[in-house]
Amino acid sequence: MTAPKTLYDKIWDAHVAHEAEDGTCLLYIDRHLVHEVTSAQAFEGLRMAGRKVHAPEKTIAVPDHNVPTTLDRADPATMTAESRIQVEALDKNAKEFGVHYYPVSDVRQGIVHIVGPEQGWTLPGMTVVCGDSHTATHGAFGALAHGIGTSEVEHVLATQTLIQKKSKNMKVEITGKLKPGVTAKDITLAVIGETGTGGGTGYVIEYCGEAIRDLSMEGRMTVCNMAIEGGARAGLIAPDETTFKYVNGRPHAPKGAQWEAAMNWWKTLYTDEGAHFDKVVTLKGEDIQPVVTWGTSPEDVLPITGVVPNPEDFEGGKIEAARRSIEYMGLEAGQKLTDIEIDTVFIGSCTNGRIEDLRAAAEILKGKKIKDGMRAMVVPGSGLVRAQAEEEGLAEIFQEAGFEWRMAGCSMCLAMNPDQLSEGERCAATSNRNFEGRQGYKGRTHLVSPAMAAAAAVTGKLTDVRELM
Amino acid sequence: MNKFETFTGIAAPMPLVNIDTDMIIPKVFLKSIARTGFGKNLFDEMRYNRDGTEIPDFVLNKPQYREAQILIAGDNFGCGSSREHAPWALDDFGIKVIVSTSFADIFFNNCFKNGMLPVVLPQEQVDVLMKDAEKGENARMTVNLEAQEITTSEGEVIKFNVDAFKKHCLINGLDDIGLTLEKADSIKTFEDQAAQARPWV
Repeated sequence: MTAPKTLYDKIWDAHVAHEAEDGTCLLYIDRHLVHEVTSAQAFEGLRMAGRKVHAPEKTIAVPDHNVPTTLDRADPATMTAESRIQVEALDKNAKEFGVHYYPVSDVRQGIVHIVGPEQGWTLPGMTVVCGDSHTATHGAFGALAHGIGTSEVEHVLATQTLIQKKSKNMKVEITGKLKPGVTAKDITLAVIGETGTGGGTGYVIEYCGEAIRDLSMEGRMTVCNMAIEGGARAGLIAPDETTFKYVNGRPHAPKGAQWEAAMNWWKTLYTDEGAHFDKVVTLKGEDIQPVVTWGTSPEDVLPITGVVPNPEDFEGGKIEAARRSIEYMGLEAGQKLTDIEIDTVFIGSCTNGRIEDLRAAAEILKGKKIKDGMRAMVVPGSGLVRAQAEEEGLAEIFQEAGFEWRMAGCSMCLAMNPDQLSEGERCAATSNRNFEGRQGYKGRTHLVSPAMAAAAAVTGKLTDVRELM
Repeated sequence: MNKFETFTGIAAPMPLVNIDTDMIIPKVFLKSIARTGFGKNLFDEMRYNRDGTEIPDFVLNKPQYREAQILIAGDNFGCGSSREHAPWALDDFGIKVIVSTSFADIFFNNCFKNGMLPVVLPQEQVDVLMKDAEKGENARMTVNLEAQEITTSEGEVIKFNVDAFKKHCLINGLDDIGLTLEKADSIKTFEDQAAQARPWV
């Protein structure tokens, strides 16, 4: 009898193309997603070495980081020269090397981590990589998915493999049911608040438990998306009926006999009884509250009912880091989080730019107006999410409330396009990073769920969404 | 890739924890399609005022650290994005070695791909090096990868661990892709078997 395996063990074992004596492996990559910021140097490397893309049919490219999200973006003047060069380089490289491509003009264009699942490129049991740390998103399907650097992008393009050593196994279990007003975003932030941004370093996390099982695929993607913020190489959720239902019928999902064959394997993708985890973290679903970040690290998480902490309450190097964060954020220790006034609300990103996220925000905004002077924007994660939101009447709700209704892209999550915070501007954002300068030079970011972002837009302050429900 | 050779250089102290990739190289500088030239924007928002003048208090702006080749950093260095522009910027500035209690996974891997050595040490030993680095340009440390040793300015020798394969690649300046292509047969065999087992992929 073979030893019981974790889900991670099973996917790993199915993809080792070569193992050296010291345990260094060549891991075969089933899907390679590519965007414009981290790929130009890799394609150039191939060109200089006279190499081809090993498996162009497994390589999918889409520009997302730089692209403008205003309605007039077909006009090249909406992009800076540098951004245009990067996007044009991807246009050219995709054509020259023959990879699948969704240009800016294609309705299917969007954030790479939203497009992959939407088009059925991401399937259970696969290995998925991309030159982007939020590749962890695809782990929601029970796919081993993680970010890589540009040298590794070139390596995967040239060989369809990655040189890897296996990570350790970590289990994050969320037991029981979530309370009303608590979402997948609150789960994933609460976990990072518990483990710290380095807590997952060296591990692949498997999220499990009733509260995870109860999540839709979109919620699961939100949870896995931020596994990287906890330091983990990847986050995984075992595929189940929810997964299969989501995947079935997508353009690149298997069909007919292939679907049956795939299902036979996918149904074996779970952690065996008695399999070993090197680290286990358990949270009770009912204990998780709507949360918000107060500082400049995703681990700076507190329930919305809390107050800005005192740096002296921390230990070691975190004391100085907390002091620096509080100063950068323009806050004071002891200040109630619900007293923090907001200038801007950003709803979007690979964390929370899917249709359910927009529905959750629209639910709060229905029949309401945003606070006078508030800047608020919704940036759908893909052109198809945008189209669906328009069909469902969500776009109308956002616009009537006073939100700008944008085209798809990464936008203000990392502010590489014109969507940026100005100095000192404070934003409630559904994105994934509150680092210094992340959303613009000296911009201040509070990470929240889509419903909490909508609530903040209405009241002008960080707000407990449960009061508006 | 250049071979990693034993060298003696100035170490700069950066005790802040969770130094992220946005701090190391803000995204406004990610728009280049080249691999070089990022050094002048390393730690840009910590290093310069908005008008481009230097912030004198920032460690790498201090006269004694302007030629630093080693960084002694707080926990969880390089967390955040996968941008290889972060190690490119450090490399372009002249940093060859970074020491911390822990590194973010992708950043850690990216360093090796660029001939740079990230060294993980326990807190007490990072503290020793941090204190030594705080002495300024008088604190010239020697990094010997072959022997897996850092020698402080006072002659204290600190041993470190490094993955044997990664060490081999650094010391010999090996190109990963070239090495992997030597195993093209294994990849082909795997692909043939996978096409049978999982034809839908």
